[in-house]
Amino acid sequence: MCGIVGLFLKDSSLEPQLGSLLADMLETMTGRGPDSAGFAVYGSGGAGRLKLTVRGQALDSVAADIGGDVRGEVRDTHLVLSIPATEEAHVREWLASHRPDLRIIGAGERIELYKEVGLPADVARRFGLEKMSGTHGIGHTRMATESAVTTDGAHPFSTGADQCLVHNGSLSNHRSLRRMLEPKGIAFATDNDSEVAAGYLSWKLQEGATLATALQDSLSDLDGFFTFVIGTESGFAVLRDPISCKPAVMAETDQYVAFGSEYRALVGLPGIEKARVFEPEPARVYVWERN
Amino acid sequence: MPVVDLAVTSRRDLNSRLHGLARNSNETHWRVENPQGEHSLAVGLDAPITVEIAGHAGYYCAGMNQQATVVVEGNVGVGVGENMMSGTVHVKGDASQSAGATAHGGLLVIDGNASARCGISMKGINIVVKGSIGPMSAFMAQSGTLVVLGDAGDALGDSIYEARLFVRGAVKSLGADCIEKEMRDEHREELRSLLAAAGVDDADIAAFKRYGSARTLYNFHVDNAAAY
Repeated sequence: MCGIVGLFLKDSSLEPQLGSLLADMLETMTGRGPDSAGFAVYGSGGAGRLKLTVRGQALDSVAADIGGDVRGEVRDTHLVLSIPATEEAHVREWLASHRPDLRIIGAGERIELYKEVGLPADVARRFGLEKMSGTHGIGHTRMATESAVTTDGAHPFSTGADQCLVHNGSLSNHRSLRRMLEPKGIAFATDNDSEVAAGYLSWKLQEGATLATALQDSLSDLDGFFTFVIGTESGFAVLRDPISCKPAVMAETDQYVAFGSEYRALVGLPGIEKARVFEPEPARVYVWERN
Repeated sequence: MPVVDLAVTSRRDLNSRLHGLARNSNETHWRVENPQGEHSLAVGLDAPITVEIAGHAGYYCAGMNQQATVVVEGNVGVGVGENMMSGTVHVKGDASQSAGATAHGGLLVIDGNASARCGISMKGINIVVKGSIGPMSAFMAQSGTLVVLGDAGDALGDSIYEARLFVRGAVKSLGADCIEKEMRDEHREELRSLLAAAGVDDADIAAFKRYGSARTLYNFHVDNAAAY
């Protein structure tokens, strides 16, 4: 099954509540996916700085060990490094050579990405989602079908700067897509089919496509069942396969656009009683961009 | 009138109270508050009662209904009225996928739109959708009637048997073995009475087209293999 949630704020006064709203949505979707959970939050960024979300153990001294103008914030098994954007290559090299046990799971100006095995409410609490603020965020509760129940297999998947994707469904041609994408420089960290979908979109965006055209193209190149929710630095998108195999419901108000696999996930949102609630159409690309 | 507040009462309690109603009970009109998109609300009813749900409902609302009238003052999730035998289900908002799936009887009225696979494998139910319906609707529909005041998505009536489909708006495409058919007086009369039952009295009957089975796929014939 899997559960997906997403919240894209139009009204900046709600930004301090992004994490708590998303945490409630995620917990409600436990029944659809109790194996693991994850979320990405687009928070504040600093001019000329980059955030790297790193996952692993013994994280406390990493920022200091890298040295220079590197700051770190540890949240349970994840560490968000804030580095000068010009230092990205250097920091990646340092991590690869000094701490090969760590894994970079997200990078960008504003994205922070957290995922773990376990019940969604526990995962949200371990990372302190409730207190996070931001402009938009997406989350996923996983019922594993295509690969093992591991943290690697948890969503979201991020394969490009400030990009992430969550997926409900299963892709049937992910092996051949992976063989097509790897020579083009798209690297994959797991065997998960959803990571291939994320990589496909990253490749399209690298090639100069807009988020909307990348998603439109995916309809002819991806085979299988999917409901995707995608985040970029400024955008939020939704796409379902042409037979809308997997469920989806959306709510839009003047303050936000919200996505849930079921309406239940949306009931705690402010003003939901007056929201326009609708089901996204199959094979139709929905994109919202921040001003 | 019994009022059940799902903010304090569980869905299971609600359903067991409804199932436990004595024959000829005077508690014939129920109101359910704070449904919050819960699944399986008012399922398996078998009594001539009315249940009003004050908000959005989740999956399989009013499934397997017999005799009862269930009114949802909001949207419903997947499978509203699935396998209904009799009675009435009235959704005032939109319905998600597979509305009225496999239902044998009764009337399902959707004031808004229904999404994919509306009336899939319907077996005698009458469905009136005042908005539009999604793709693969009435797939393998066996009997009953589907009336759509708006448009229909792709592959309407794919592999249809004897169900009758009336659509006022555009049909994106017809599925295998589904064809447009002549509207005769008996069909106009049936359509008029179904619209009246659904509370629509101002629709122009002449604006509807009728669709149904060409009956070429009833028995396997190798010349038709490509059509399946």
